This record gives sequence, C-alpha cells and structure tokens, in this order.
Amino acid sequence: MKIKWVRKGLIAAAVILILAGLFRHDAVDVMNKAVRICYECIGIG
Amino acid sequence: MKFKERKRRILQVACALVYNCHLPGFFHGRIYQGASKSICVPGLNCYSCPGAVASCPVGSLQTALVSARYKIPCYIVGLLLLAGVIFGRVICGYLCPFGLLQELLYRIPSPKIRKGRWSRRLSLLKYGILIGFVVLFPILFAAPGFCKYLCPAGTLEAGLPLTAVNFALRRLTGVLFTWKTAVLAVVLVSAVLIFRSFCRFLCPLGAFYSLFHKIACLGVEVDKNRCTSCRACVKFCKMDVQMPGDRECIQCGECRNICQEQAVVWKTFRNPVSEKSNRRTGE
Repeated sequence: MKIKWVRKGLIAAAVILILAGLFRHDAVDVMNKAVRICYECIGIG
Repeated sequence: MKFKERKRRILQVACALVYNCHLPGFFHGRIYQGASKSICVPGLNCYSCPGAVASCPVGSLQTALVSARYKIPCYIVGLLLLAGVIFGRVICGYLCPFGLLQELLYRIPSPKIRKGRWSRRLSLLKYGILIGFVVLFPILFAAPGFCKYLCPAGTLEAGLPLTAVNFALRRLTGVLFTWKTAVLAVVLVSAVLIFRSFCRFLCPLGAFYSLFHKIACLGVEVDKNRCTSCRACVKFCKMDVQMPGDRECIQCGECRNICQEQAVVWKTFRNPVSEKSNRRTGE
C-alpha cells in the first residue's frame, strides 16, 4: 500500500515538473541544444 | 535463442532504429533538427548522432544544469522521474541501444570475466559518475562533464560518424577526441569480456534508474512465499544482482525461466507481489 502511494506521489510530482518545465519553455531550450552539434559530445570540446 | 529472449532482442533493435531513424544524416554529416528533439528518449542515445530524432536525457540534464546552474531543470528532471517510476531499469533491459550493443559484443567468443565481489563493489562507481560528472561538474564548471570526457555513446554514435563525413569537423579534432576514442575502445573491448561492463560500472542513467527498483511500476520481483533461496537465479544472472529486481537488475526477466518454483514474477501496476505477500502474512 505504501509503495502504491509513493509511486502515485512521484508520478504526480513528475507530471507537475514536466508541466512547470513546459511553462518555462525548458523543452524549447532542450530542442535548441539538441538541434546543434554538441562539440563536447563528439570530442571536439 | 529462446522465444522470450528473441522478443526482447527485437524490441531493443526496434528502439535503436526508432531513436536513430534519420538515416540521411549519416550520409550528409548533419543532425536532425525537427521538433521531436524537444523530447528525450529513455535510454542512452547521443542527440548529436546524425540519425537521432530525439534528445539524450543525460546530455539534456547536463545542458540544463549548465545554463540554469542553481535552478531546478524541471522539464528534464520530470521526464527522468516519470521514466524511472514507470519503467525503472526495464529501460536498461529493453529500451537502451547502448545496452543492446554491449549484449551483442558479449556474444563474440572470447574468455569471459565473471562477476564477483569485485564487480559488485565496482558497480558503485556509476553512482559517483552520476553525482560527480552529470550533476556537479556542469554546475561547478559550466560544462557537460560526462558527455565531454566519458560518454562512449557520443563518440560512437556522433563523433565518429560526423568526423568521417564532415571534413571541417575532422580538422578540429585533437587531444579530447583521441581521449574519447580511447575511452570508447576500452568500453567496447571490455563489453566483449565482461557482460554489460559500461552499464554495470559507468552508466549514470542506469545508476539513476536503479534508484527506483523498489517502486517502479514495471520489472521483476521475487515472490517470497514461493522462493526457497536456492539462488539459482542469482547464479544464472550475469549482472551483479543479489536478488532479481534489485538495483543491479536490468529487469530482462530471463531468470524467470531458471526458477523451478516460478518465484520470479513480473510486477503488476496495481499489486506488487511484495505487497500481496505482506497482506497474506498480515503485515
């Protein structure tokens, strides 16, 4: 029973965080980074 | 290969293909720039891979920490939390392309290094990498530490394909590229000798998802009413588990075929076995 409530609480927290992030345009920031070659990731620095 | 193992393999391959389905990118040396890159795939898959159509959660988290150092990166943390609570390390066992690659490499005939107390202890290193390279390094040094210095997926999926096709990028390579290629080589060779060596010892994403092993909606667990503690499942498993479903378990479910008592079961969303057992014993 306890696990069920922890799970529900964390899922609710996750959804709230995602919505808060969308409201703050975090998803746009993620996209803006991901559509450019990440020079650190490919070893150029 | 048994039928269920084959089903898992098919799902792993399908995920790898779906995550990296922008095939023209491999020929032109350019990465995908569509809107789907605002979403993260649950497994380790570099977003600078020419074929990648979505983002990497580890890379995105580090980028968010670099740009908003003392603010919580809500969107990425929310996505990671949601993936962790629903799937846990089922992602490692079924949805991660780099995990698939390591399993395929392990099939290459060679002497194998078996697990032991040493590997169980070394498995703690990935938590240090998660905290040190993924969380603290971007905050303190404004750079994605794991992506820049360690991530072999970035080198394999992005660094090598892009520099192979793009001459301008190739000219920019230097010591860091050499270091990352060396890291990749060590990871690939060790994957031949040691089952899922990167997952067990180095992967920060696996470390993060392992924190949810008790509460994740999906995965395997042991029905203690049926288990006789023979540990056949532990001996069979190539990961550093002490019990199916613990933090080192990648939730592949292959130990279910080994258990004579059928004590290893898939969790259900509504009633985890541990709660059913507790209700029977009146706890």
